[in-house]
Amino acid sequence: MDTKNLILRTKFMDRMCHWTMVACFFLVAMSGLSWFFPSLSWMNGVLGTPQLARMLHPFLGTVVFVLLICMFFRFVHHNMPVRTDVTWFRNIVDVLMNKHTKPLKIGKYNAGQKILFWCIMMLISALFATGVVAWRPYFAGYFPIPAIRLALLAHSLAGLGLILLVIGHIYMGIWVRGSVTGMLTGYVSRAWAKQHHDRWYDEEVAPSKDTPAKHHS
Amino acid sequence: MGMQSQDIIRRSATNGLTPAPQARDHQQEVAKLIDVSICTGCKGCQVACSEWNDLRDDVGHNVGVYDNPADLTAESWTVIRFDEVEDESGTLEWLLRKEGCMHCEEPGCLKACPSPGAIVQFANGIVDFQSDQCIGCGYCIAGCPFDVPRINKKDNKAYKCTLCADRVSVGQEPACVKTCPTGAISFGSKAEMKDLAATRIEELKSRGHDGAGLYDPQGVGGTHVMYVLTHADKPEMYHRLPKDPHISPFVRGWKEWLKPVGALGFIATLAGAFAHYVGVGPNTVDIPDPEAEPEKLPEEKETVAASDTAQDDHPAGRE
Repeated sequence: MDTKNLILRTKFMDRMCHWTMVACFFLVAMSGLSWFFPSLSWMNGVLGTPQLARMLHPFLGTVVFVLLICMFFRFVHHNMPVRTDVTWFRNIVDVLMNKHTKPLKIGKYNAGQKILFWCIMMLISALFATGVVAWRPYFAGYFPIPAIRLALLAHSLAGLGLILLVIGHIYMGIWVRGSVTGMLTGYVSRAWAKQHHDRWYDEEVAPSKDTPAKHHS
Repeated sequence: MGMQSQDIIRRSATNGLTPAPQARDHQQEVAKLIDVSICTGCKGCQVACSEWNDLRDDVGHNVGVYDNPADLTAESWTVIRFDEVEDESGTLEWLLRKEGCMHCEEPGCLKACPSPGAIVQFANGIVDFQSDQCIGCGYCIAGCPFDVPRINKKDNKAYKCTLCADRVSVGQEPACVKTCPTGAISFGSKAEMKDLAATRIEELKSRGHDGAGLYDPQGVGGTHVMYVLTHADKPEMYHRLPKDPHISPFVRGWKEWLKPVGALGFIATLAGAFAHYVGVGPNTVDIPDPEAEPEKLPEEKETVAASDTAQDDHPAGRE
């Protein structure tokens, strides 16, 4: 594609991490939901048979966790809270109502995205920890049964929370036009960057005629 | 078992709106009564169980006690437990208990099981694992208040005592009952077994066993395997037989509370997103390209690519 008037927002490795995670997460979430809501047991068909789904679910979950660790180190510095996040929260109604009237000093990620980042980090870590406790036949035998019961409850709770958050994340991607393309190709337009992430645009991207092109990560 | 597939009153992971076939439920609830005061610990029941059910567990090791094998396994569905207990006066008592599935009226294994039809409860009260539907998750182990089900390493499926559902369905008693040489195990309708237990408990009390009583724990709705215990007030003495077994609140919270709350969460999230999209529409870019020169700004403000192509003399922002 012709990218000469676009901004590289997400690098290849980060996109690979993200979309590999999406693929694995889809399979893990579908099979997980099939056991949480047995009326939706057809959902584990994405992994073959119910027995195969049960066997693969924890392995794919582990892949998601490993990718999460990679993404943590690649994205964490953009997701630290800053003073201007308060501005975004104060104007959340305008944000949600599509009113782009005043600049909100939004960095590479807005305050809502940062919260999502930290929630996903915590929930997937919790899912991994509780999943290991319940993982048969390899690990569950090393834990007392009351611990497994608690782990199963916590695993369901975290999984539910994560899936609902991811639904919200997907919705935001659909709602904010240009986001999905941005995550697929890595590129967004300058206007997109200026509108949705004004401070990031001004500080990191804004063209300066004296300086050569630089990396906008 | 296949023979009894028309009289299932509970089926794991099955919606109440679409129940299992249960037309043939005009039958009596059955029960096995184990009188620990008559048991001699001969393990004939263990042998009969393996024989009838075609189980041949690996030969294990002596772990220094009479319990052999040392624990229930996926291929040893019943084990006699031997506990040495001293009373206040220092008198030694050797307490024996035939351990195995209790066939709860409200089975925790069935509540926890996520695989449709892998665990069923028949109209006569027998709780059975349909092992071909088992996915090997081990949730039944977490659900069971008695620590009974075991996963087999050979096929990664859970197993436990079936109360010889195949024998019972053709009018036979379970294999352990048939073989018990002292008559410590009886089988019949639950009402009959309670009567028998009452007679037996009276006898034991008359012989000085003041603590004698029936173990039919109501926390799980009663069981279809019951014990006559000489110390019914302290069932823990019999190899940690729980005094008040019940399905763990964690398992209940997971299956009874979180499930409906989760369903509402899904509906609310999807409805919220839908209403928001219909209400405010897509969030499109409505500012001009920040690098475009004002006079060159075309009317179609949203067509960012078009305004981008209007000027290509800025190298910044390109990779």
